[in-house]
Amino acid sequence: MGEALLEIRSLRVDLPPGADRAHAVDDVSLTLGQDEILCVVGESGSGKSVMARAVMGLLPVPRVRVGAGEIRFAGEELTRLPESRMRDIRGKDIAMIFQEPMTALNPVMTIGRQVTEVLAVHTRLTGAEARRQAAEFMAAVKLPDPEAMLDAYPHQLSGGQRQRAMIAMALILGPRVLIADEPTTALDVTTQAQILALIRDLQREKRTGVMFITHDFGVVAEIADRVAVMQHGRLVEAGPAQRVLSAPSHPYTQSLIAAVPNLVPRKARPLQGVPVTLALRDVEKTYRARAGLLRRAGRTVHAVRSASLTLRRDETLGIVGESGSGKSTLARCVARIIDADGGQVLLDGVDLRTLSRRAMRPYHRRVQMVFQDPYGSLNPRQKVGDIIAEGPIVHGVARGEALRRAAELIELVGLDGKALARYPHEFSGGQRQRIGIARALALQPDVLIADEPVSALDVSVQAQVLRLLADIRDRLHLSMLFITHDLRVAAQVCDTIAVMRHGEIVESGPAAEVFAAPKHAYTRELFAAVPGRNWRHPTAAAPLANPQPTG
Amino acid sequence: MSSTESSVGGFWRRFRRNRPAVFALGMLVAIVLVALLAPLAYPGDPFAIVARPFLPPFHDHLFGTDQLGRDVAAGIARGAMTSLLIGIVATVCAMLIGVVTGGAAGYFGGRTDVLLMRMTEAFQTIPAFIFAIVLVAILSPSLESTIIAIATVSWPPMTRLVRGEFLATKNREFVQACRSIGMSDARVILRHILPNCASPIIVTGSLMVATAILIESGLSFLGLGDANLMSWGYLIGAGRTVLRTAWWVCAFPGLAILLTVLSINLFGEGLNDALNPRLREAG
Repeated sequence: MGEALLEIRSLRVDLPPGADRAHAVDDVSLTLGQDEILCVVGESGSGKSVMARAVMGLLPVPRVRVGAGEIRFAGEELTRLPESRMRDIRGKDIAMIFQEPMTALNPVMTIGRQVTEVLAVHTRLTGAEARRQAAEFMAAVKLPDPEAMLDAYPHQLSGGQRQRAMIAMALILGPRVLIADEPTTALDVTTQAQILALIRDLQREKRTGVMFITHDFGVVAEIADRVAVMQHGRLVEAGPAQRVLSAPSHPYTQSLIAAVPNLVPRKARPLQGVPVTLALRDVEKTYRARAGLLRRAGRTVHAVRSASLTLRRDETLGIVGESGSGKSTLARCVARIIDADGGQVLLDGVDLRTLSRRAMRPYHRRVQMVFQDPYGSLNPRQKVGDIIAEGPIVHGVARGEALRRAAELIELVGLDGKALARYPHEFSGGQRQRIGIARALALQPDVLIADEPVSALDVSVQAQVLRLLADIRDRLHLSMLFITHDLRVAAQVCDTIAVMRHGEIVESGPAAEVFAAPKHAYTRELFAAVPGRNWRHPTAAAPLANPQPTG
Repeated sequence: MSSTESSVGGFWRRFRRNRPAVFALGMLVAIVLVALLAPLAYPGDPFAIVARPFLPPFHDHLFGTDQLGRDVAAGIARGAMTSLLIGIVATVCAMLIGVVTGGAAGYFGGRTDVLLMRMTEAFQTIPAFIFAIVLVAILSPSLESTIIAIATVSWPPMTRLVRGEFLATKNREFVQACRSIGMSDARVILRHILPNCASPIIVTGSLMVATAILIESGLSFLGLGDANLMSWGYLIGAGRTVLRTAWWVCAFPGLAILLTVLSINLFGEGLNDALNPRLREAG
């Protein structure tokens, strides 16, 4: 690494009184050299983003402010600079890109206007020169047809294109430091791979110092030169990426890395001869913008095209795909939350798709779902006990009996019985997901559909919830339809894998086979895009073939 | 989403922070007490002639007498019940209509939505007060027809609000979870969606009471109120011809309307802040 470009010394950021801790960042010292990528890793609430904002002078003062310490950049102490000087540095010398490019870009201004605005603020270029330079940078971030892109509005671009435009905007003034706050978290895995490669290339070319904030050790393995690990606002470990990834010294880093699933499928289990529980035959779902009085019929979207799958008893089938691939729509068709347009959804030979809502009711009990968003999937105004007991009550179980069963279930998912009398907002994301699992199990289903059940959770919590799901599946002999975008997670829990793209299942088969020798080009592309795919850590959790009971 | 609002204590703590709202609540309690105690303080017919006409206020009679020698204070006190009763009953009726139509339109969508919303828009094209006058004129002035008229002209905004809330809530995952359990529509609506839309409905409802009282006063002012019931609007209407010589005949009932409507509005705002804490703290 070169000499220190940015130096953070004993930085402390104070939170307002009444927050869950006194300091968002506590006694953190870090350096960022020229021409290196420093990854700051941590779970939510670790203070990593607050630290980045402190460097940019973008803390929400006066509620959150730097309490002590220094941030030195090129000989200047940033924390004591007047706002006018800080404005010069921001954008010109230190630039930042954000997680969600849709909200970081102004939706009513063209991309070109927003990029040239940066030049207008910091340089004396004329309009035509600024536009020419903007077009050059649009080309540098490998956006197709840069001129057309300049005239586009943010909503006309895809997520990856927007992030590229953000990067062009951040780099156009040639900053020496780039702070990237989870810039690929909102993107699909193949897009993420492209953006990571782009950041890496531009960083090499322009010899920028990049502080890259992430929660994902795969991303770290992909691009980091050095790593700093944060926990509860403190720096617990820092060092060269090679060393930290292969031999972490701090127990917290060790546990974080151990929680990242390796990209190795779980051991295959014999499934031949096991009866088929659920079979999908040519399931179709099309969304149409309806024609109205003054409106012509809009475009149609084939969310699911001719999907066929079989799920055996005890089997976990992973449906893998990027956003918009139709995987969640397919799951909702199976659970009859939405109605498929064609094909058959056969549960033990009965076609659920053609059942009337009344006839469907007893079958709802047998197919249950765990949802993605632990904050949105529980009714905020119901007590946890009522949430879990409601399903059985609706299906005719007496209230007392249903509540008694809820008490058993809450312990099965590893929560205390007292939880039943509390409201969802009193629980963390991981705990809420456990409640959601208990609700699904309350009806004693045969098929459990898990729609991205861990993608909103921190990696350590994610490992716990995955272990719980695997444990329950094996104990209760459930068939599980596991929807995920994360191949690492899929490798850990699935027996069979189906890969979806644009509503079609492009490949399916035993997990071991699909992982070892993906047949379809898209599957290969997906695997190639997994960040840190070649990185294997020695301490990884064993694949979840043999469940350990967890409390 | 409601984080800490589940407890009554938390609600009261947040409500208390809004000083004007607490003041308004005090005023409303006082107005309700006046309405309830009026028959004791001013027994007998408020239309009765009790003294010489045009007695100025703050002498023998608190608010003076009108051109027929009727006690203005008695009229205001006895009229309070009329205003409150009509305001509340008409609002409850309008809320019921609004929640049912808006809820059905938002939850079921499709044709139901189109049909109900076109109907709502049809009602909204007619100016509310004129529509109320027409209805009372057709139904002949009485307590019931005033309530019917006010309810008929006030439900459309409630329908639109409830529809919007239902649309936003029905796609939340917990509602999908209800459907995956196999719950009936009625149960999903009543037990899951409606409680989560309750705060804006309550707040809007409280503000609708104020509007209803204003419409009622307007109708009575034009002589379209119930002839046998004393009301604030009637007092103002009766006194308007003598406004320059006996200001108190109009002024005190007008003040009563002003204070009541203002209190209800301030209270409604306080309710909004206390029920939706995020909105306030985000700013």
